[in-house]
Amino acid sequence: MIQLTINGSKQSLDIDPGMPLLWALRDHMGLTGTKFGCGIAQCGSCTIHLDGEPVRSCITPASEAIGKQITTIEGLKSPSGKAVQAAWRELEVVQCGYCQSGQIMSAAALLERKSKPTDAEIDAAMQGNLCRCATYVRIRAAIKAAANKSV
Amino acid sequence: MKSDWITNLSRRRFLAAGVATAAGLTLGIMPVTRADTRRSGPGFAGAAPADQAAFQPNAFLRIGSDNQITVISKHLEMGQGTYTGLATLVAEELDAAWEQVRVEGAPADAKRYRNLYWGEAQGTGGSTAIANSWMQMRKAGAAARHMLVEAAAKQWQVKADEIGVEAGRLTHAPSGRSASFGEMADAAAQQPVPQEVLLKEPDEFRLIGKRLPRKDSPEKTDGSALFTIDVQLLEMYTAVVAHPPRFGAKVRSFDDKAARAIKGVKQVLQIPSGIAVVGDDFWSAKQGRDALQVEWDESEAFKQSSSEILDSYRELADQPGTVARNEGDSETAMAKAAKVIEAEYSVPFLAHAPMEPMDCVVRIDASGCEIWNGEQMNTGDQMAVAGLLGLQPEQVRIHMLYAGGSFGRRANPKADYVLEAVHIAKTMPPGTPVKLIWTREDDMRAGYYRPLYLHKLKAGLDAENRPMVWQQRIVGQSILAGTPFESVMVKDGIDQTSVEGAANLPYALKHIHIDLHSPQLQVPVLWWRSVGSTHTAFAVECFLDELAAEAGKDPVAFRRALLAEHPRHLGVLNLAVEKAGWDEPLGRNRGRGVAVHESFNSYVAQVAEVTVRRGVIYVDRVVIAVDCGVPVNPDVIEAQMQGGMGFGLAATLASELTLREGRVEQSNFHDYLTLRIDQMPEVEVYIVPSTEAPTGVGEPATPVIAPAVANAVFAATGQRLRQLPLRPA
Repeated sequence: MIQLTINGSKQSLDIDPGMPLLWALRDHMGLTGTKFGCGIAQCGSCTIHLDGEPVRSCITPASEAIGKQITTIEGLKSPSGKAVQAAWRELEVVQCGYCQSGQIMSAAALLERKSKPTDAEIDAAMQGNLCRCATYVRIRAAIKAAANKSV
Repeated sequence: MKSDWITNLSRRRFLAAGVATAAGLTLGIMPVTRADTRRSGPGFAGAAPADQAAFQPNAFLRIGSDNQITVISKHLEMGQGTYTGLATLVAEELDAAWEQVRVEGAPADAKRYRNLYWGEAQGTGGSTAIANSWMQMRKAGAAARHMLVEAAAKQWQVKADEIGVEAGRLTHAPSGRSASFGEMADAAAQQPVPQEVLLKEPDEFRLIGKRLPRKDSPEKTDGSALFTIDVQLLEMYTAVVAHPPRFGAKVRSFDDKAARAIKGVKQVLQIPSGIAVVGDDFWSAKQGRDALQVEWDESEAFKQSSSEILDSYRELADQPGTVARNEGDSETAMAKAAKVIEAEYSVPFLAHAPMEPMDCVVRIDASGCEIWNGEQMNTGDQMAVAGLLGLQPEQVRIHMLYAGGSFGRRANPKADYVLEAVHIAKTMPPGTPVKLIWTREDDMRAGYYRPLYLHKLKAGLDAENRPMVWQQRIVGQSILAGTPFESVMVKDGIDQTSVEGAANLPYALKHIHIDLHSPQLQVPVLWWRSVGSTHTAFAVECFLDELAAEAGKDPVAFRRALLAEHPRHLGVLNLAVEKAGWDEPLGRNRGRGVAVHESFNSYVAQVAEVTVRRGVIYVDRVVIAVDCGVPVNPDVIEAQMQGGMGFGLAATLASELTLREGRVEQSNFHDYLTLRIDQMPEVEVYIVPSTEAPTGVGEPATPVIAPAVANAVFAATGQRLRQLPLRPA
């Protein structure tokens, strides 16, 4: 049994502590918004926040999250997170949508660090998040729109 | 509307939280966030209770007494916006308010939901969704509207033609009466279904042509959208499969002792495609697979390398192939040509690599088989599963969920991963669901690729530098060979998907000869977004650019002179060139390239601006013009042009799947490179206004970018790059 704090609530999970957080969240907590794409931190679909920092949950053992705040797309409540989600809808970013939880989590974390990111900062922060539908033009635009609104 | 399986499913879904653990079944009730029926969703996600489904005039919509309209999509939503587009067509003729419409995926049922372009089969592909549904969905909406109006006329004792309909409300102005669709739904259900309906003229459209919001955006931005990988059923297990290291290899023996020792591993079994490990969850099954010891019999396996395949194709290309098109007398004309130009173009194998790896949920019991899948080939998969299990097709019930991309991968006539999941599920106790999940490595290495292709081209210019003769020899595997499509789409030895985009060369040349070799290899191949055009557009549009350069002509002027008979090609070419500022000079190391191509009856031209520095191509800007008939939703079209181009740009700059002695060299996104955000150019999209019936937009942007970029690299550096991905010296 390990204790984790997920989206603000304490949970006990009967899992191998070495299990990647991704699968603990998906298979044991039913939080399926966080997606599996590569398993080796190359695509960003599994991005969540650990104490506010974006991490790839597919290579993060559940034990590493003990004592930390885990935030998934389902629990994204910060003003920048909400602004990002609203901008994503306003600019119709999504296509297949599979990578978008990860994109939104990365974008929200970026705006927490930089309220007005430059193009280069956006590219650097989002470079680890693949989108095979190539929604990148709108991702860029939506991050800028969210940055303008959340100030 | 209410059928047993929907009821059962809803109940199971409500419980959908049980996670089988080593200790047995835990009934941890999790929040069912996706039960919000006002949302759009695939499959059963929020199937309306029967008492609300007051009015269902046909297979494509129902209107509840709660005033909610549910459009049933016969096509898969995999990102291309089809749920939004089909709903727009229904809502337009129904005069519904966009906000009251939600969308649900249709069950597999070819009788009601066949693709009108695919004979008797239901399925999504070839950019046909909007095109084949254009009249069908509008008629479905118009019929419902007619019945609502007739019901109101009867109830209010007024003339039907005095009743106006707008945004989901029926109004009789003279008497001041009005009602919502929901209020009139029960009465409408009593009306006879009209045999014929009157459709709107284009100038009457209120929704078609507008940038309506996508129906799937809300749930795809809060994590609640349901993909196959997200399905959770009571007592469900997860399976991971060890696939052979080479195509055609078989299991000789295996030792599962270590695998079975992993906590949570429930079963290890041999299936036709490898060894399946079934566990309580993904992690236990995956660890079990990693602990397996498998000895493979590779005596019949494919052991060639990509370079050997290409060499063998070059040899084949010296021999005449099966003729796909022959006009004039190309041999004589070539002998008389003032100038002869020859070139060879080639493209590698490509994985589709959608972000959601292949996955499928299957549950088998005495009544039949139930499948949850991002289902792209509904009828084909249904028939294949029925055949395997000895069931009637209707006993195979398929829930079409959102697909996390596909690009053709989920439309496999051989039903590979679906049958794999069924093979595993049939060993489970009756009624026990299994979720098969492929890892990314499986996705890269277990097959079904865009085939490697070689094009050999030769052309002749006359003394005035006008192109007179074009010869093209195409070598590559047939996608359709050995599939149910072979009898329909392979004619006189020509797989249409091998030559599309070349055999219909639009340019006015007197002498044209195009032929094809379709060598058979054990490498499993499949359509990949825009199919034949992925390689034909590259070869044709680059080679044409070579001819323009040899003729000393501007690439745009050269094309225009040859496209006089093709106004829609010309239309997009002219629009893209004008918006791009074709004649404006660019700086050092920079260049502009153009390509124009028709696929799936849509016309796309692209102008790419590139910078080439130290052997790296930077694509700075792409201007796209598209003619796809009536633009049903300009925003979705724009998104498909941006994204379709971006998908093609990955293959232009980076993606390549190579075989070394039969083994796939790449395994995941670190060595199978795709497009990242910092490589995405600025994109401008322009839509040609049109009143022609709409054609597809999911694929046509993809094949145009490779030649546009290659031609731009030539403009910037003088280098002709004839192999994808492009690698400048």
